Amino acid sequence: MWALLAAPGAFWLVALFAVPFYAIAAVAFGYTDPVFNAPVPEWDPRYWDFTAFSEILTRSVSGDLRPVFLRTLLYVALALGLCVAIGYPVAYYVARHAGRRRALLLGLILAPWWVNYLTRMLAWLNLLQDDGYVNDLLLLTRLVDEPVRWLSGNPVTVVLALVYGYVPFFIVPLFATLDRIDPLLLEAARDLGCSGRRAFWHVTLPLSRPGLLTASAITALPMFGDYYTNTLVSGSPTTTMIANQIEFYLLGGTRKELGASLVLLLSALLMALMVYYLISSRRAEEVVS
Amino acid sequence: MRRRPWVLASVTWAYVVWSLAPILVAIQFSFNDGRSRSTWQGFSLQWYFGSSGSVAEDPSLRLALVNSLVVAGLTTLIATPLGVATALGLSRWRGRTGRVVGGLTLLPLATPEIVMGSALYLVFTNLYLFVPLGQPAQVIGHVTFSVSYVVVIVRSRLASIGTDYEEAARDLGCSRLTAVRLILLPLLTPAVFAGAMIVFASSMDDFVISAFLSPDASSVTVPIKLYSSVRNAPTPALNALATLLVLASLVALLLGWLAQRRGSLHEDTDHERDQDKNSPGHGHVNRLAVGSGKGDTHPHRGGDTERQPQEAEHPTNPLH
Repeated sequence: MWALLAAPGAFWLVALFAVPFYAIAAVAFGYTDPVFNAPVPEWDPRYWDFTAFSEILTRSVSGDLRPVFLRTLLYVALALGLCVAIGYPVAYYVARHAGRRRALLLGLILAPWWVNYLTRMLAWLNLLQDDGYVNDLLLLTRLVDEPVRWLSGNPVTVVLALVYGYVPFFIVPLFATLDRIDPLLLEAARDLGCSGRRAFWHVTLPLSRPGLLTASAITALPMFGDYYTNTLVSGSPTTTMIANQIEFYLLGGTRKELGASLVLLLSALLMALMVYYLISSRRAEEVVS
Repeated sequence: MRRRPWVLASVTWAYVVWSLAPILVAIQFSFNDGRSRSTWQGFSLQWYFGSSGSVAEDPSLRLALVNSLVVAGLTTLIATPLGVATALGLSRWRGRTGRVVGGLTLLPLATPEIVMGSALYLVFTNLYLFVPLGQPAQVIGHVTFSVSYVVVIVRSRLASIGTDYEEAARDLGCSRLTAVRLILLPLLTPAVFAGAMIVFASSMDDFVISAFLSPDASSVTVPIKLYSSVRNAPTPALNALATLLVLASLVALLLGWLAQRRGSLHEDTDHERDQDKNSPGHGHVNRLAVGSGKGDTHPHRGGDTERQPQEAEHPTNPLH
């Protein structure tokens, strides 16, 4: 009887999660109809045709997609680095030192979670206009002589926009981990003669590793699949990321099998990262316990 | 007693200002008395109603708002019962198939939206041709990614309720079904309501899946509208639309919080606090829901995190 209750949900997820996944492969490995010159999905794995996929693979390794992949990796790495640089101190302060203002600060760092992502990007688009508040401020403080053109293919803007978009999702899980660290452990370290800095390096940092890893996975995964941030704050081909190419081939062009192949390639990359995350977070948990 | 860590404090407050000030400025410009979104020209409500480009009068903006509400409403109506039934079933379904299905319910949370969006787009255009792109496909897509939230929340709630109450009811002569109806469902209500609110909010917020499944202007939702008009001819009406979205999220958040609070008032609070700290189910919610990559929502909307600070201020640690 209980299995019956779960059956509709199970059926839904098979039909609308598992099968669609298979559809990506069917389209990527499909063939081109000789009459209409249109791509046709191939559902039978025995007849899969890997021409489109190997085209994508060649272009990614040595062709025009190579810089796109490298740029994506670079942007995500930079954005993630900045997330750590900003997120760790904030999460640490709120978990450890906020005192009476803790509830308030917690509410404030959670606030961006409730605001739509595109709304938050829109907010920056207002500020970064050529005559926006940011340029006003920079001109006023004489840091620059003429307005900075933030919104036309500026890689700095793209990376900062990614940081702005995803850092709230980095801070909260990290906070949860830091908050769970027993203060008695730190006191013990201090009693045994550790300086504050050493206690941080030898106690807090290793104990927060699982949270750091989770937070990184949570932010890196969607950053790799993000095409809208890039389009909104840059829209220039000089900052194109891999997800922009996926959107282009799947929704824009007629060569959907290339788009599907790219999705497969990106999924493989992310899957590898996920496996790395699972292994290293298991290792980190072992250290903790 | 301790040196105040003023560097950390200033980084934190700078971060808070940096993360929230732009949103406040955007809201401010929704009240601008002029077409500019970067120069303040005085207060007016003209972008909300009364002028031809306002949210209330511009047909495309109004359509986006209606579409968002319709899709989110239908998604909530389908995903909530589906998720609750699945969670109830999974909590009693032992054996391998049960575990596999349990794993399947978590996978959407770890799938990047662009992968899920592409998958759904390709399956609707190649295999399930009877489902037209547009609103029907969008609702189905939203249910697929949001049903997991309900499953995770309800399962962790089920784990913390345990089977004691239900067994007591059975001992007192209830049939299995009556026990579920009289005991389990009322205890689950706050979790179900919180789940429904999260589904609604995440559906309202979703951009990628809606966009992949929207073939033309008739199925544009608010996030798609924001995205597509930003590059064309943005007016403060966009800011007004975004402000309304923030308002909708706040209302959903408030309702979810109230439901959660009412739910926990009926409980033995000590019992609940222990559950929060120790039950593996709860940590589960944290990790996975946050790990969804579906940035804008997570089960904390129910107010779990808001409860933590109080815990810290009134420690119940027996060592003290």
